[in-house]
Amino acid sequence: MNDHLDRFSPELTGAGGPPVPARPGDRPPRRVKVVLADRRGAKRVPRTLIELEEQTKIGEELVKNLVNAQLRTSVLVAATTLVVLCTFPMLFRYVPNFADASLFGIRLPWLLLGAVPFPLLIGAGKWYSRRAERHERDFINMVEN
Amino acid sequence: MQHEVWALTGIGAVALLSFLLGFQGARSARTTSDFLVARRAVKAQRNAAAISGEYLSAASFLGVAGLILKDGANALWFPIGFTAGYLALMLFVAAPLRRSGAYTLPDFAEARLGSSNLRQLSTVFVLVIGWLYLVPQLQGAGLTLATVTKLPYWVGATLVTALVMINVLSGGMRVVTLVQAVQYWVKLFAISLPAFVLFLVFLSDHSEHRASLSQPMPPTFVETTVVKVETDVTLQVGNPVRVVAKGIVDNDRPVDGVLIWNVGTHKVKAGTQLTFPAGASVPVASGQPLFNSTWLRPQSDSWSSLFQTYSVIFATFLGTMGLPHVLVRFYTNPDGRSARRTTQFVLLMLSVFYVFPIIFGLLARLYVPQLLITGNTDAAVLLLPNAMLDNWVGIALGSITAAGAFAAFVSTSSGLVVSVAGVLSTDVLKGKVRDFRTATLISGLVPLAVVFAVHSSDLSRAVTMAFSLAASTFCPMLVLGIWWRRLTAVGAAAGLVVGGGLCLLATVYTLATGGHDGWLSQILAQPSAITVPLAFLTMWGVSRATARRVPLDVSRTMLRMHAPDRLGFIRDRDVTDGVTTGADDDGRMRSGRHRRG
Repeated sequence: MNDHLDRFSPELTGAGGPPVPARPGDRPPRRVKVVLADRRGAKRVPRTLIELEEQTKIGEELVKNLVNAQLRTSVLVAATTLVVLCTFPMLFRYVPNFADASLFGIRLPWLLLGAVPFPLLIGAGKWYSRRAERHERDFINMVEN
Repeated sequence: MQHEVWALTGIGAVALLSFLLGFQGARSARTTSDFLVARRAVKAQRNAAAISGEYLSAASFLGVAGLILKDGANALWFPIGFTAGYLALMLFVAAPLRRSGAYTLPDFAEARLGSSNLRQLSTVFVLVIGWLYLVPQLQGAGLTLATVTKLPYWVGATLVTALVMINVLSGGMRVVTLVQAVQYWVKLFAISLPAFVLFLVFLSDHSEHRASLSQPMPPTFVETTVVKVETDVTLQVGNPVRVVAKGIVDNDRPVDGVLIWNVGTHKVKAGTQLTFPAGASVPVASGQPLFNSTWLRPQSDSWSSLFQTYSVIFATFLGTMGLPHVLVRFYTNPDGRSARRTTQFVLLMLSVFYVFPIIFGLLARLYVPQLLITGNTDAAVLLLPNAMLDNWVGIALGSITAAGAFAAFVSTSSGLVVSVAGVLSTDVLKGKVRDFRTATLISGLVPLAVVFAVHSSDLSRAVTMAFSLAASTFCPMLVLGIWWRRLTAVGAAAGLVVGGGLCLLATVYTLATGGHDGWLSQILAQPSAITVPLAFLTMWGVSRATARRVPLDVSRTMLRMHAPDRLGFIRDRDVTDGVTTGADDDGRMRSGRHRRG
């Protein structure tokens, strides 16, 4: 448990300044409180985390909820993107005017297929990873409190 | 002659750069885990550059522009799909797969479903997909060297194979990561700079030629053009053309002199030489849009072409997640969250890249339309600079694109060889460094042999075969395996066999018959819109029927894949040399409960 040791070090070396080497005949060294078990540390392994690890009913239910939340987000993003992309071929087929129109001298299909999908994909990815990370944060908060 | 020297210099520079980087990195590669996973310490941006560099293959660098020159608006779906695949990968696979600790697809199959038979089946498909993807890369290399230097076709393919082997053998993945990241920037530079310059040239070109892209007429020759036909071809002629022919034309008639071709189709035998005057209409190989106005519109006049469009979307969107060389790369991320971040960067990098092949494709229709006769449209990117600029700038730009194309083959082939060899050495041979070397040799030489045996056109379409196979096999296995508890090994195996089997049959049929215009052939040429749903259904159905065989440790696996990284359930693969710690085989968490920071 590395972080426990780290927490000791400032107390051992004295507040701030560099350690002074002990010379014989000096005052006895300052007393240091040695703590073998940090009670705050013990709190850091919450009940829920043990439940997760030991695969209890509650733990399993928690994971199921997380998985479902993540899956809902993924499916939502994938479906939206696919619906937008898959509409284009239909539009071009059934609305001929649409395929022949042009904007700023560029044909609409080229504009739609050449410029729209890429920002759409980047945006969808960004939105998704923010959502996914939020689900994970929520899960951690729930587990650690 | 000068042109060839410069192009060769560019290619040589790229080869030297990859070799030097490889050599530099080789000194620090020592253990098996160095070779395979770059010590899992590669940063997100560099990893994204490496993924993009590895992914942007001959199909992207040459093939996209070629297809746009040939098929017009419909071909835009290829770059869209090649990019969108990474969105699907991020949504369904990236983070959980990284946390599962699976390094290859067979690893995942075994870790999730606990069946060594399924592992072997997956190994077979990894090898097939990897080789299907390698063949067009080597063909592209042959094409590039043949186009810029007139060297025989096989020289380029052999040269790239050799270079890749040296690279991979000298340092494995760690080296390849560095090489790949550099190669993304090499490729972006090599396609963006010429595209900018050529686009400026196009804007300053005020001839009436410029406006012809939207006219209801075939493309026209800019200058007197000599075309040598290398395979038998049927040409459609839209406007009567005066042509000087030498060879065998129209019903096996030997000709040597002037011909007037009327509107209609004309057959030309291999070895014939055709000379067209400037301003003449370009005959176009049959099966492709002849008039610029039809080329400019998305063609969805028939159900089968609509089906093909959707199939391409399906295959590329869902196939990327099943490509072995892409997945291996994700394992070099330290945790699930950074796997997502990496994918985010990849989406950005690919989107920037694909602007330029599209510009090349458009300009090629105006300035190198003779490629439509031979059908050798993949060479458009290589020939366009010289066709548009008849001076030293054109030569310089031409050698830059040639070097970039070469970078594309080297990087994609390296990645594929590493991942195929990884699977071969861990699953078929025993996982020691020495076997990794044997495996590398095998995984490079097999596709090279195929290149000598089979000739095919259209790099982008050939690559799409690998995508559809991946989409019909590994995509359902990954998605269901990660998100659905009740998947069983039997179900997964059935799905792999049905999806992969049908897809392979369709591919073999298409290769054997060469593809026709009938609706059946069109469906079989792009089968994924049928085979992917079938594979999903089979996996679902068979898993429900064998519900008692759901693995016992499914809850633990799900926890490991989906629990946030900070909780420390992530698992790293125990690499055989015993240097890595933790990750006991019984699946307990490594290094205690807390992995903070």
